[in-house]
Amino acid sequence: MLEIQHVSLTFGQGTINEKQALKNVSFTLKDGDFVTVIGSNGSGKSTLLNSISGVYEMDCGRIFLDDVDISFWPEYKRSRFVGRVFQDPLLGTAYAMTIEENLAMALMKGQQHGLQPGISSKESAYLKEQLSRLDLGLEDRMKDKVGLLSGGQRQALTLLMATLVMPKVLLLDEHTAALDPASARKVMELTREIVGKNQLTTLMVTHNMQQALSYGNRTIMMNEGGIILDLEGEERQNMTVEGLVELFNQKNQGEKLENDRMLLQL
Amino acid sequence: MTIIAFQGAIILGMIYAIMAVGVFISFRTLDIPDLTVDSSFVTGAAVSAVFCVAGHPWLALPAGFLASAVAGMVTAVLNTHLKIQPLLAGILVMLGLYSVNLRIMGNRANISLLNQPTIFQSLEGTPLADQAEWLIPLALLLLVIGLLYGFLKTRFGFILRGTGDNQQMVRALGVDTSKMILAGMALANGLVGLCGAVLAQYQSYCDISMGVGMVVIGLASVIIGEVIFGIRSLFRRLLAVVLGAIVYRIVIAFALNLGMPSTDLKLVSAIIVTLALSLPVLKAKYFLWQKRRKG
Repeated sequence: MLEIQHVSLTFGQGTINEKQALKNVSFTLKDGDFVTVIGSNGSGKSTLLNSISGVYEMDCGRIFLDDVDISFWPEYKRSRFVGRVFQDPLLGTAYAMTIEENLAMALMKGQQHGLQPGISSKESAYLKEQLSRLDLGLEDRMKDKVGLLSGGQRQALTLLMATLVMPKVLLLDEHTAALDPASARKVMELTREIVGKNQLTTLMVTHNMQQALSYGNRTIMMNEGGIILDLEGEERQNMTVEGLVELFNQKNQGEKLENDRMLLQL
Repeated sequence: MTIIAFQGAIILGMIYAIMAVGVFISFRTLDIPDLTVDSSFVTGAAVSAVFCVAGHPWLALPAGFLASAVAGMVTAVLNTHLKIQPLLAGILVMLGLYSVNLRIMGNRANISLLNQPTIFQSLEGTPLADQAEWLIPLALLLLVIGLLYGFLKTRFGFILRGTGDNQQMVRALGVDTSKMILAGMALANGLVGLCGAVLAQYQSYCDISMGVGMVVIGLASVIIGEVIFGIRSLFRRLLAVVLGAIVYRIVIAFALNLGMPSTDLKLVSAIIVTLALSLPVLKAKYFLWQKRRKG
């Protein structure tokens, strides 16, 4: 269970560029929740994910993971329990190392990084088997450098790396936004499969409203650093993209939903 | 060029290869341009000289390694914890270390090791005594490369390489990248110090200014190796650095033999590295120029 309590975060405090990115955000993710997060640019979606993973320090508020207060843990320490896939396919893997070496590093998560061999033959066979489940043919290219892979292949690999050692929470930050449509579909399929099979508690940011409604069991809409809508159950099942836009406009009287990217992806 | 001069260049190349491998660790594996090298090289040499004078030439090598490794760790902490840019952190430690090196050498600018025991005398009394001059550097180099190759294939080695590639990813995999940079910089400078320690004994003296431009020589070796011998696999890369260091020494020996004054050495080193680093840009410009000319 992930509890976010009264989290606020300000960028550039005391400067002319001061921007409050999160304003007193609170919500709780139950075990197995797959929550999609939508909102226009600058609404605080990515910032929310980055404060959960520890990239940014919060001004105030608390974050509990399975009743443990992780508010002041450094990023690397939280990573043992938090899996991440970034928007930029370059960020999730080490490009000059082989596919196998990348997977081996992911498999070491939470273990000692001593002077034992980087990959044992047993681990190698296991990694190959895991990789074959992606159905991308990568299992025959274990010794290829990751730099040779396409963006979609990299994101699929990163997704596998993030879940090779099961995290308590999986954070997906628009992880298909930089991909071509076919690759994006493939990566989303894999996401649904991996999250579903392992009942992973997941927070997925997306710009695509249709995606937000068709994946997961709950949808959060953010605006100006706060949560303005939290849909679940029947209400969410009956919701349409048009309905979402309508709701957004109601909540923000005077301010129209004018984000090109969101509208284009209706 | 005489055969003796050629042999000398190869032996020097084998010794300098240890330093070049250290620069490879910081510059290529960790992706940090580390200027500490210019001083940590002297630290290794100074510690080695002091140990030789005290009668422990073999102990001088690990001692030189450790002393320089500490210098590398200081640079790492300046960078990771005090957030000073790597380039500046290296310059600061390089500067401060100059005074430390003088202190190690007992406030003298040089120490002569003539008439002092060195590792090169340790084969005396055996049939190999005459070969010690090249056998010992070769043995040390093989040991260093072997150990380093094995190390880079361990879990720790994987994470170290990953840190140089993509720090964000390594943190996302639950590893404290500051610690990895600390370990990597210690290793890199340790190797540089080991090289200084061997060189001081090989040439029988240690001088406070013997490290000037060392980082450039290291870079030259790394780049020459990459251009000539390729970067396909990890083993190939390490081998390329070693061969690069030897080729560099041979080139310098030829230039000296052709009458280049040894005082121009540093200028030539700087020009070689500049050319090697700018090669990709120059190539692209050349192709563009050709395309335009053809219309």
